[in-house]
Amino acid sequence: MTDWHQRESYSYDRNVIAEIRRAANTGIYRIRGWGAKRELPTLDDLVLLGASMSRYPLEGYREACGTDLTIGAETAENPISLDIPITIAGMSFGSLSANAKEALGRGANAAGTSTTTGDGGMTPEERTHSATLVYQYLPSRYGMNPDDLRKADAIEVVVGQGAKPGGGGMLMGQKITERVGEMRDLPVGIDQRSACRHPDWTGPDDLAIKIIELREIVDWKVPVYVKVGAARPYYDTALAVKAGADAVVVDGMQGGTAATQDVFIEHVGIPTIAAIPEAVRALKDLGVHRGRVKLIAAGGIRSGADVAKALALGADATSIGTAALIAIGDNDPAYDDEYRQLGSAAGVWEDFQAGTDPAGITTQDPTLSSRLDPVIGGRRLANYLQVLTLETQTLARACGKSHVTNLEPEDLAALTVEAAAMAKVPLAGTSWIPGET
Amino acid sequence: MTVFDMAEVSLRELNQALHDATDGEFEVVNPRGAHAVASGIDSEISVTIDGPVGYYCAGMHQRGSVQVNGNASAGLAENIMSGTVRITGSATMSAGATGHGGLVVIEGNAGARCGISMKGVDIVVGGNVGHMTAFMAQSGNLVVLGDAGADLGDSLYEANLFIRGSVESLGADCVEKELRPEHIETLRQLLAAAGMDADPTDFTRYGSARTLYNFHIDDIDAELAGGAS
Repeated sequence: MTDWHQRESYSYDRNVIAEIRRAANTGIYRIRGWGAKRELPTLDDLVLLGASMSRYPLEGYREACGTDLTIGAETAENPISLDIPITIAGMSFGSLSANAKEALGRGANAAGTSTTTGDGGMTPEERTHSATLVYQYLPSRYGMNPDDLRKADAIEVVVGQGAKPGGGGMLMGQKITERVGEMRDLPVGIDQRSACRHPDWTGPDDLAIKIIELREIVDWKVPVYVKVGAARPYYDTALAVKAGADAVVVDGMQGGTAATQDVFIEHVGIPTIAAIPEAVRALKDLGVHRGRVKLIAAGGIRSGADVAKALALGADATSIGTAALIAIGDNDPAYDDEYRQLGSAAGVWEDFQAGTDPAGITTQDPTLSSRLDPVIGGRRLANYLQVLTLETQTLARACGKSHVTNLEPEDLAALTVEAAAMAKVPLAGTSWIPGET
Repeated sequence: MTVFDMAEVSLRELNQALHDATDGEFEVVNPRGAHAVASGIDSEISVTIDGPVGYYCAGMHQRGSVQVNGNASAGLAENIMSGTVRITGSATMSAGATGHGGLVVIEGNAGARCGISMKGVDIVVGGNVGHMTAFMAQSGNLVVLGDAGADLGDSLYEANLFIRGSVESLGADCVEKELRPEHIETLRQLLAAAGMDADPTDFTRYGSARTLYNFHIDDIDAELAGGAS
């Protein structure tokens, strides 16, 4: 008997079959954390064109290569000053343990960058442990408090998130403890499904007024960002600028989440490599690129190479979430046995919604949370951020740049036709940009 | 009484003065529909605004009181934390949105989404309210002396909605509930605080059926395994 009829289906591989069986058993869509896991065009599809005869590199280990960034200098009494072009993305207390939030704050402080609150408001501990803290202003307004708004170093109006543009957040009942429920004014144990749109404004004209209100309430002291999930980045960025944002955060579909539908994570939004050039085009059309309005690119930023390429495409900074969690201990192989007991394994754990994280990061369980030493976690994050920065500088110097934001599309080439079309840089070895040349 | 004439004073100057004040009475004239008037108040001051205001009047209000002698546009007293905001006219959409505490009194009508995502605020409306009123309302009390539009209390949590007139339709998971003595007492106090003359027993209470609080998850495999054992 031949086994040709036993081959695995491409369309119905084992993961697809398992998901159909799971759906048939439970009657509920798959909810999980992390970001898109399927193969997508990424910044790996680009390469930097280091200097040679026609370009002059900077001395790699010695010559200065600036990494600093200021946001809101033209509108805010107290602009944000960052030492490195890598920020920590919004992640809530509730989705993360208090120790995880503390570790993020400690690491960011050491590296000279900012952290960001999340759905659920600001905790006193978070404010204490983050020297530069961006306060997210979300559709749910859970925990929204003007006292906290005034304590923030910047305000980020969240319109959307890369993992779920057009969707609201989730926090499953296992993680709605008494403290989390009290902060959000929700009954303990409910499956929280956050609003997907703001309750008191409906479009960009309204948003412009909302931003004025926010600035008035904080007496124009701090910058205001607008965060969008990458879907239509040209228009979203243009409208955010029109509304008065000091910075636009564009979050590609690789961006992570604490919990949402798998179908949302994998099938809504566009990859970061495609989003950045469109956002930059909007900023250039409005005459604010590398000027009054900064662009922060997020979604799948993992290395200094990703940072350098994002900056070369025109971003002013990047933001990391998933990578920061990994740095402080998420998916730690030391807990592999426990991950396996949960039906997963170190390296593929994605059930951030479950509250059972053996590493003590995406949980509210006090026993599990206590496993994460926030001081050690902070040191790990600081080290990781240092590596990202050093890598970015190394690559920028190789391209002859004395500041990382001097990187430009001319420093890039694409390895695939798709990447060339999305990033709007030439296919390597050619001068061809699909759709443009 | 300190008077600010918005024909001569900018919004920034007005709000900064109100933020800097720790007590006292203030009057604002010629608001001419300006946005964010008296937003961010955080002290026991009393502000009277003579004329119509735009979006987000008394936004994120804390302590003190604001009275608008006129109408207001969207987001009146949005995210109010405490204190009182009163308007003699009508308010458009999202009045009292996400309010965490305090009292909002609208003597006229309120538009769509009044009390959306309210988180502890008390809102009293002398007239009617529009569609999607109290959408996702989490806690607090909404009192409407007139009628309510379509989809009242859709996806409601623990807020109480008291409607004296008709309701065009109820939203998902919003149901009529018994008006018990404690609710009548709450109503009596809120009506008194709002200066509204109405009989608490004339109101119907609406609240959450709580059927949407958790996902309904089947587990056929476990059921079969249990049956076999």
